[in-house]
Amino acid sequence: MSEIYDLIIVGGGPAGLSAGVYGSRSRLKTAILQKGKPGGQAATTQDLENYPGFSRGTTGPALMEAMADHAQSFGTEIIREEVVDLELDGEVKVLNGKSGKEYLAKTVILAPGAEPRSLNIKGERALRGKGVSYCATCDADFFEELDVVVVGNGDAAVEEAMYLTKFAETVTIIVIHDEGVLDCNKASAELAFANPKIKWIWNSVLTEIKGDGLVESVMIKNIKTGEITEMETNGVFFFVGTVPKTEILKGKVELNEQGYIITNELMETSVPGVYAAGDARMKYLRQVITAASDGAIAAVAAEKYLAEEEGFKERVLTSQEPVLVAFWAPQVEASIEAVSLLEKKVAEAEGKVKLVKIDTYRNQRVAKRYGITEIPSVVVFKQGEAMGKFIGPLNEKDLMDKINSL
Amino acid sequence: MVELTKENFEAEVLKAEGLVMVDFWSQKCEPCKALMPSIHELAEKYSDKAKFCSLDTTGNKRLAISQKVLGLPTIAFYKNGEKIAELVKDFTIEDVEAKLNELA
Repeated sequence: MSEIYDLIIVGGGPAGLSAGVYGSRSRLKTAILQKGKPGGQAATTQDLENYPGFSRGTTGPALMEAMADHAQSFGTEIIREEVVDLELDGEVKVLNGKSGKEYLAKTVILAPGAEPRSLNIKGERALRGKGVSYCATCDADFFEELDVVVVGNGDAAVEEAMYLTKFAETVTIIVIHDEGVLDCNKASAELAFANPKIKWIWNSVLTEIKGDGLVESVMIKNIKTGEITEMETNGVFFFVGTVPKTEILKGKVELNEQGYIITNELMETSVPGVYAAGDARMKYLRQVITAASDGAIAAVAAEKYLAEEEGFKERVLTSQEPVLVAFWAPQVEASIEAVSLLEKKVAEAEGKVKLVKIDTYRNQRVAKRYGITEIPSVVVFKQGEAMGKFIGPLNEKDLMDKINSL
Repeated sequence: MVELTKENFEAEVLKAEGLVMVDFWSQKCEPCKALMPSIHELAEKYSDKAKFCSLDTTGNKRLAISQKVLGLPTIAFYKNGEKIAELVKDFTIEDVEAKLNELA
């Protein structure tokens, strides 16, 4: 039987690496399963200037390598493995790797990230790697002294266009908006407008990429006039947003219509013990800093879950004596009364029965599992099995009958 | 793995007999570097079936473009001097191995 990890993180981008730092530093047995080299999309971003504390001159690959080293320094194992299937519902989660290996974990953080969106226009797929690119750092130096087109006008598009000007002769940015309107941050827009190598085509979209073996030209449509013009170019870089890499998670955790993983503020997914972090999560801002933040929250939430689950198992499920589990909340007066009655009765039983109190305000998971909808409630456990349930204010006689029957 | 340059490309690849695999890569290409250790493992495993070469496209840009390679990572397969197959961008090491088995 394989060893069971406390925490397995799927994906080694900034979200996964940050979760690794927090998980292994809390002494959880932690592993990251990562398809290739760690770092995610950030590792393909050359200039990374907005991670606080790391200013101009910081590169994506260098920051990601530092994060990976950091996680490993606390004991995180980074395993090269592509996860192809998962079973998340049980107490022990099972992850199947492409290598055929099986990994077991008590908690899982899903941090699969996102990938560049393709527009699926004519010629885009066929000329991929033949002039069509989604990764400036990978391919920019092919275009020394050549002309390229950039599609998009968000942060990534404008910043990567600037990086491309270090190599290409001209970089033409095709923008769907009116002249002067860009979706990117103001600082980057100003720099781009001042860059003599950058040319702009406004109110326009790409309709086709042409070329025999390599990109030769693009067809550009003006959306105001409907006019289509052909422009010669050697390369086309697409930066038109991203899509989450959550294909294998369909039917496993709740996703939204676009395929992003739905979580709450604790990064909990729809499955107990399973968390999500980073760009694949439904959220407002997808940056390295927010991915790292998600990872930290998810790892701390996973650690708390483990402590609660193991505590419950130890105190209730594996107890020699029968256990009364009282679900209460400090703000519910009746539940405080019920708890003090229980404490009295359990003391009278002189060790024949134990009492465990669960504050449902702090731990909703266990309450939910046993179908507790009303406070106070008591569930009676014997040898790990729920033997009976009292819902609402306690009837002393019924309770005593139950205790005596155990 | 044979390291290719513009000087030896013709002799090692285009004039070579049998199956030749060329891994086009560069220092700046993170996905390429992520693949590299597994490519080396494949080169060991299949050493009797194909010749394994790598080409750092930095400094050999024109050569890469002449082979219609304008994006990384790219892995091209040549047989008797002709390019017979190619894997471009989103492929995994398992895809490379499958291709080798298909062609060898």
